[in-house]
Amino acid sequence: MTATAANPNIQMPPAVDAHLVLDGLTIFYGSREAVARTDLTIPRKQVTAIIGPSGCGKSTLLRSLNRMHETVPGARAEGRVLLDGENIYDPAVDPIQVRRRIGMVFQQPNPLRARTIAENVSIGLELDGIGRREKEVAVERALKRAALWDEVSDRLDRPGTALSGGQQQRLCLARALAVEPELILMDEPASALDPIATLRIEELIRELMSDITIIIVTHNMQQAARVSDYTMFMNLNDRGSGGVVEAGPTQMIFTAPKSKQTEEYITGRFG
Amino acid sequence: MAKAIVGRHYRRRVLVNRIMLVLTVLATLISLVPLVLIILYVAKQGISSLSIDFLTQTFRPISFGTTSSGGGVLHAIVGTVIIVGFSLLLAAPIGIMAGIYLAEYPGNSASTAIRFCVDVLSAMPSIVVGVTAYVLIVQRVKSFSGFAGSIALVVLMVPIITRTTEEILRLVPQSSREAAIALGAPKWRTTLTIVLPMALSGIATGVLLAFARAAGETAPLLVTVLGNNNLTFDLFGPMQALPLLAYRYTEQPYKVLNQQAWGAAFLLVVIVLGINILVRIFTRTRSPH
Repeated sequence: MTATAANPNIQMPPAVDAHLVLDGLTIFYGSREAVARTDLTIPRKQVTAIIGPSGCGKSTLLRSLNRMHETVPGARAEGRVLLDGENIYDPAVDPIQVRRRIGMVFQQPNPLRARTIAENVSIGLELDGIGRREKEVAVERALKRAALWDEVSDRLDRPGTALSGGQQQRLCLARALAVEPELILMDEPASALDPIATLRIEELIRELMSDITIIIVTHNMQQAARVSDYTMFMNLNDRGSGGVVEAGPTQMIFTAPKSKQTEEYITGRFG
Repeated sequence: MAKAIVGRHYRRRVLVNRIMLVLTVLATLISLVPLVLIILYVAKQGISSLSIDFLTQTFRPISFGTTSSGGGVLHAIVGTVIIVGFSLLLAAPIGIMAGIYLAEYPGNSASTAIRFCVDVLSAMPSIVVGVTAYVLIVQRVKSFSGFAGSIALVVLMVPIITRTTEEILRLVPQSSREAAIALGAPKWRTTLTIVLPMALSGIATGVLLAFARAAGETAPLLVTVLGNNNLTFDLFGPMQALPLLAYRYTEQPYKVLNQQAWGAAFLLVVIVLGINILVRIFTRTRSPH
């Protein structure tokens, strides 16, 4: 597969090393093309950032990678997304299975109300009907990975909503981690947080990438530069749909962008 | 100097504002008058007939010349509890599940059609529902029964429960659903373990309101449960119910029974008012917002 054939400015690693391969992925809302045909690869156990101005389809593209976007009425996708070579859009594939392997953290922390901290973390495991002892172990492990354990270990039975915004977001991360996904999608995970909480999340992302592939949407270019190994720049094209303008190693995108649009965006001339 | 700030027609705007305020307050007061009058009058007439005997005895035949008390209305209380309780047993699951469908699968044409039908049903005159139950159940089995009344009440309760359930479920934030879906939860699981628990108190409210509505219905019972002067627990025979008893006793030529009708009416008002107050407390302390 020649993933970079369509756009010479896309310089992601070859498909053999890829965790995800987007093969002609095009996303629609009804008849409107929201994200134009995209061909690229997402490298394994790396952090890939998606940057771009508001409304360019960053979140839409992200949500199509674990088939979350199709929960919106009228939304659909064409093309293929290969997860370790297996097309997640194959009619035989249940989106439920896809979402177990590809977790998600949302822009607004969304801990479940009227549930305790421990229940919030274990909710994904309850779907598997695993035992109590096993669950406790998993909750502790997930909270530790999300760097939240030290702060909440003495009040696991308190409601999840009683935590601060930053803690809530790490709780949501722990919830996603508890089901042991191989890939996590983050949709502007720090945009609702203060600078210190943001830093915690960014540190966490760097730690997690040792065993998880991460794709993060952010409107904050400094954040993309800080946390990511690869960066995709998206923008609206002349037909009004979003599309990937340029993609490659983060350092290259930020220091020597090939596309004029990318350069203008990262130097702050628009967006 | 003030003129520049005040602007044109300032006085007129202030005046119109005051007039509108007075009018709305007046309208509110007028709309409350019947409620207050009904409660006060029923209480005045009904409280005097309340007694231990009234609540614990059943009908005692009255004959001229004796000073019988007419007994009590226990048989009607028991009848109301059994008839309405049984309809609740049927209406709650149907209404709640229909509400879940309308709230969780809102887009398709089926739910639009169902929502319309539910609205039509909730506006259906209760006597029509009663007569239908009479034709379909009472005439077929050739017997008046509490059961036939229960079925008629189910038809009246289901739309109320359905619409409150739907509205409450819509208040559950979409982000909570997304949280579960993103974890790979199937739709039914998301609804059952995430959405429903968050809406539980609201759904209970809808069920209680439907119960209160049904407890006060007279017309559908008139043609289905018939009435019964004896205490019976048999749902499949004629029964007595509080609103039915109030209606029948007002027609009687005996003062004692007329008085008991007021007592039954008062009891009903207390039940309905009590449930409404319960609902208020319920929703204030444990609402999903």
